[in-house]
Amino acid sequence: MKTTYREAIRAALREALINDERVFLMGEDVGAYGGCFAVSLGLFEEFGPERIRDTPLSESAFVGAGIGAALGGMRPIVEIMTVNFSLLALDQIVNNAATLLHMSGGQFNVPIVIRTTTGAGRQLGAQHSHSLEGWFAHIPGLRILAPATLEDARGMLPTALQDPDPVLIFEHGSLYNAAGELDDDAGAVEIGHAAVRRAGTDVSLITYGGTLPVTLEAAATLAEEDIDAEVLDLRTLRPLDEAAVLATVAKTHRAVVVDEGWRSGSLSAEVSARITESAFYDLDAPVLRVCSAEVPVPYAKQLELEALPSAARIAIAARQVVGARG
Amino acid sequence: MAGYRSKTGTAGAADRSPEAGRRRELLREMLRVRRLEERCVELYSEAKIRGFLHVYIGEEAVAAGVMSALAPEDAVVATYREHGHALLRGVPAGAILAEMYGKVEGCCRGRGGSMHLFDADTRFYGGNAIVAGGLPLAVGLALADKLSGRSRVTACFFGEGAAAEGEFHESLNLAALWNLPVLFCCENNLYAMGTALARSQSQTDLALKAASYEIPSWAVDGMDVLEVEGAARRAADGIRGGSGPHFLELRTYRFRAHSMFDPERYRDKAEVARWTERDPLLLLRTLLESSGQLDAADWEAMEREVDAEMAEAVRFAEAGTPEPADQLLRFVYSTPVQP
Ligand SMILES: Cc1ncc(C[n+]2csc(CCOP(=O)(O)OP(=O)(O)O)c2C)c(N)n1
Ligand SMILES: [Mg+2]
Repeated sequence: MKTTYREAIRAALREALINDERVFLMGEDVGAYGGCFAVSLGLFEEFGPERIRDTPLSESAFVGAGIGAALGGMRPIVEIMTVNFSLLALDQIVNNAATLLHMSGGQFNVPIVIRTTTGAGRQLGAQHSHSLEGWFAHIPGLRILAPATLEDARGMLPTALQDPDPVLIFEHGSLYNAAGELDDDAGAVEIGHAAVRRAGTDVSLITYGGTLPVTLEAAATLAEEDIDAEVLDLRTLRPLDEAAVLATVAKTHRAVVVDEGWRSGSLSAEVSARITESAFYDLDAPVLRVCSAEVPVPYAKQLELEALPSAARIAIAARQVVGARG
Repeated sequence: MAGYRSKTGTAGAADRSPEAGRRRELLREMLRVRRLEERCVELYSEAKIRGFLHVYIGEEAVAAGVMSALAPEDAVVATYREHGHALLRGVPAGAILAEMYGKVEGCCRGRGGSMHLFDADTRFYGGNAIVAGGLPLAVGLALADKLSGRSRVTACFFGEGAAAEGEFHESLNLAALWNLPVLFCCENNLYAMGTALARSQSQTDLALKAASYEIPSWAVDGMDVLEVEGAARRAADGIRGGSGPHFLELRTYRFRAHSMFDPERYRDKAEVARWTERDPLLLLRTLLESSGQLDAADWEAMEREVDAEMAEAVRFAEAGTPEPADQLLRFVYSTPVQP
């Protein structure tokens, strides 16, 4: 069937609401408005205001209430409009969701799913465009997912809902309109492993989420130059599928990490460090990174484009590591 | 053992009516908290237990009064000053102390400590050391009850300092907006560490603040356990009857320092002395004695029994096994995860 990333998430939400009466969706404008990005459009009419629950602008309280409801036996899906606003709920996510199981000596687990939009590319300026999922991936106790494909948009949510612990799903805003074919019987997918989205032998391009399309575009460009790039989609940012990272590096001996987050103190730094820690002798060239420029993401189109990882910059980095013969 | 409890009604001349017995029980509960906290201070001074330690001495009537209005199926969310709440909710004193000792027998196997006591059996959801951090959790627990059609109360304790936090206002609004069964218990002991209420709030009438969210709210003498109990019962009945959240501002005072690291520069001894005249144990004991509901033998027996309970709790904690360091990574995820 033909579908979009947005519709795939909506189908997953709908299925979860039908299958499990403990599931409810809450967040700002998820109901009557139809969702800030129209992901939940129509669900309010179908499931009513108790289960598609509009909240006031109280990120900390409604995320905390989701955690409390999870403690109370429900399976809440909490939508935070964008990751930028999640900062107002950091206390609840980091100090409660991530810690309660541990602090209680294993007595209280928190089966909450938090969905939020991340990323730039829509000329929204600094306060609506940042990619902060790398921060959350720093936190023990959380599981961090970044669906980049229609299959994952459709399939990660049901798997996350089965998890007894808190799961955060980062949906890149530029992917909602991504369209394509999805199996009619598409459903839950496993979330433990990274996925090779394009097999290759010359260089590993390691990415996730919103930068998967530009990375694949770069790989296509490189193919015309006889550089055969492998593209690895991390899918889960915490816990990292380190084995998959090491396996692709063992195969190609070269790696470029692509991340829309900033470079300093980032997820790309983590991936790069894991490679140097555990695959150093497999490398024929230093690991390179293509990240967002270290500025607050600007508004003007030409400035924003300049700030973000592009297929051209990824290809340049790939040529550079391939050129560095070991 | 859901709370160490020996029979009331020790022989004596005092009134043996159920009403008198209930009042003696409240006195005993407050005494249990007082003695537990005194033990904690001693053990801290001996460096047997560590971390930040906040004792509840002076404020016992609040937890004792509210807990006695709750049912076993209700839930409790508290703060880092929660030893007494945990104890009166039914967490054994031994498990509380063993937690502070970092022992396997501790209620959280040594991962929480003094500020993070949890107990699933008694629906005690912490132990939260982020000021106001527990309020949203209480709202969510109550939401789960409402969505599941269960008639239960979630009691949420927090200090008056929390009223300055955004989470306080967001949570009161949500609870009222959604008509959720939360009993908000604001322990107004007049200070947030060294900051007096009047130095942090433009409006110091906290019940009034809560009322602005359309929540039925009362200011209660938090040194009078009978007042607290009565107010908590009325509020809990209202909540069970479906009339949404209720708010109690419990006016109390902490007799000891904020924590074990507080030189108390912000208040004078005379002020503390004035408040200790209204010691909640003393108030109730005097009332019971003057009304013939407690005699000397009762009191002595009560002290003896509570002392024995706490001595046994210390022995239990001392005798426990340190949580092994090789267990460090347990309970980060429900199933083992390689980060
Ligand atoms: C969000 C947050 N800010 C600051 C602190 C440090 N702190 C711990 S207790 C406290 C005072 C809180 O006072 P109150 O809420 O009145 O409770 P009390 O200690 O009087 O019981 C402060 C500032 C904290 N734990 N959490
Ligand atoms: Mg206070």
